[in-house]
Amino acid sequence: MEKQEKQVYIAKRVAQELEDGTVVNLGIGLPTHVANYVPEGVEIHFQSENGFIGLGSTPSSEQTDPTIVNAGGQPVSILPGGAFFDSSTSFGIIRGGHVALTVLGALQVDEAGNIANYLIPGKMVPGMGGAMDLLSGAKKVIVAMEHTAKGAPKILKACTLPLTAVSAVDLIVTEMGVMEVTGDGLVLVERNPLYSLEEILEATEATLILSGNLN
Amino acid sequence: MNKVVDINKAIELIPDGATIMFGGFMGNGSAHKIIDALVEKNVQEITVICNDAGFPDYGVGKLVSNKQVKKVIASHIGLNKELGRQMSEGITEVELIPQGTLVEQIRSHGYGLGGFLTKTGVGTLVEEGKEKIKVDGITYLLEKPLKADVAILFGALVDRQGNISYKGSENNFNHVMASAAEVTIVEAREVVEIGEMDPNAVVTPGVFVNYVVEGGAS
Repeated sequence: MEKQEKQVYIAKRVAQELEDGTVVNLGIGLPTHVANYVPEGVEIHFQSENGFIGLGSTPSSEQTDPTIVNAGGQPVSILPGGAFFDSSTSFGIIRGGHVALTVLGALQVDEAGNIANYLIPGKMVPGMGGAMDLLSGAKKVIVAMEHTAKGAPKILKACTLPLTAVSAVDLIVTEMGVMEVTGDGLVLVERNPLYSLEEILEATEATLILSGNLN
Repeated sequence: MNKVVDINKAIELIPDGATIMFGGFMGNGSAHKIIDALVEKNVQEITVICNDAGFPDYGVGKLVSNKQVKKVIASHIGLNKELGRQMSEGITEVELIPQGTLVEQIRSHGYGLGGFLTKTGVGTLVEEGKEKIKVDGITYLLEKPLKADVAILFGALVDRQGNISYKGSENNFNHVMASAAEVTIVEAREVVEIGEMDPNAVVTPGVFVNYVVEGGAS
């Protein structure tokens, strides 16, 4: 699959996990695309960590209200029924367990559900932003990412980069399939038929337990 | 009490070496006119406390680009490549704090609390040097209060008493920072007379505000 196709596949698959009427926070990058594939009949209240619920689409340039931006500083809109609040309230909502689901990208994830996504020492030091709070507070955490980085596995036995959170991930969705983090380890619950089981195992350093229902 | 002052008077209150909290999130809800005045006055060796470092040419990033900043305390600096460069060359020190922890540390000082307990950062580099406290079997980090000499904030509508209301997503860190500095200065998109604001519409009460600067529709 081409990079673009992979991202669409992952975003569409994650969107199937959205539950009607819930508050959801999407990380920047690939996770943002999940908002484009909300299933028909499902109403999601997207939270923007900089201080509102009811995050809407990017307005056309003539309709832009410069006072409303997303967590990347880009112009967005707020939907009817939305609410603005300060950052303390925003993170009270996040840490207090009032966000049902967060979808984040990752550099590495491991068998224990540990995640590394904010720091490559000496190379990339952007900061954690709200990711550590989301990982400690959201009821459910889905990692949405490509299965490998330039061919190197990102799903490992144990993360080698500094962790963003310990035992925080519930589900991993990649272009190759869907993996659940369980007490026994990572269970491969779905396989993208475009990839063989051998290809998936080859691209994964972690041990994958094969679900009985695997297609 | 009329708290509106000329911007030059407000800038005089900020000495070299000051620790300054700036409201705003990627420049949204930042006091751009006051930031420009600080660049012009070239106040040196400042410590910036802000959610992020903005962009090199927008928001608090302008102070970084003009080499006025000794240290940045923020949750995210990824969109300011100039700060990344200054950090790797050892010119500017950077302390990264999880966003929810940063805002709550500021609130703790402003609201007279000795800190707070959070699960955020447990098991990561963030826990280094911090006390861990167990409550009902759950491990938390003790995070201490954070204060500043000056807070530089932005409000959409501010009356001469310093009462603030916000527009869009511009509130972000502004409301909390108002309480946490020795001197709080608010840049107003629009200043109104005392009595013109509905007291129910006030988000940040003027009790936290020392000075108001007319910003105009910037």
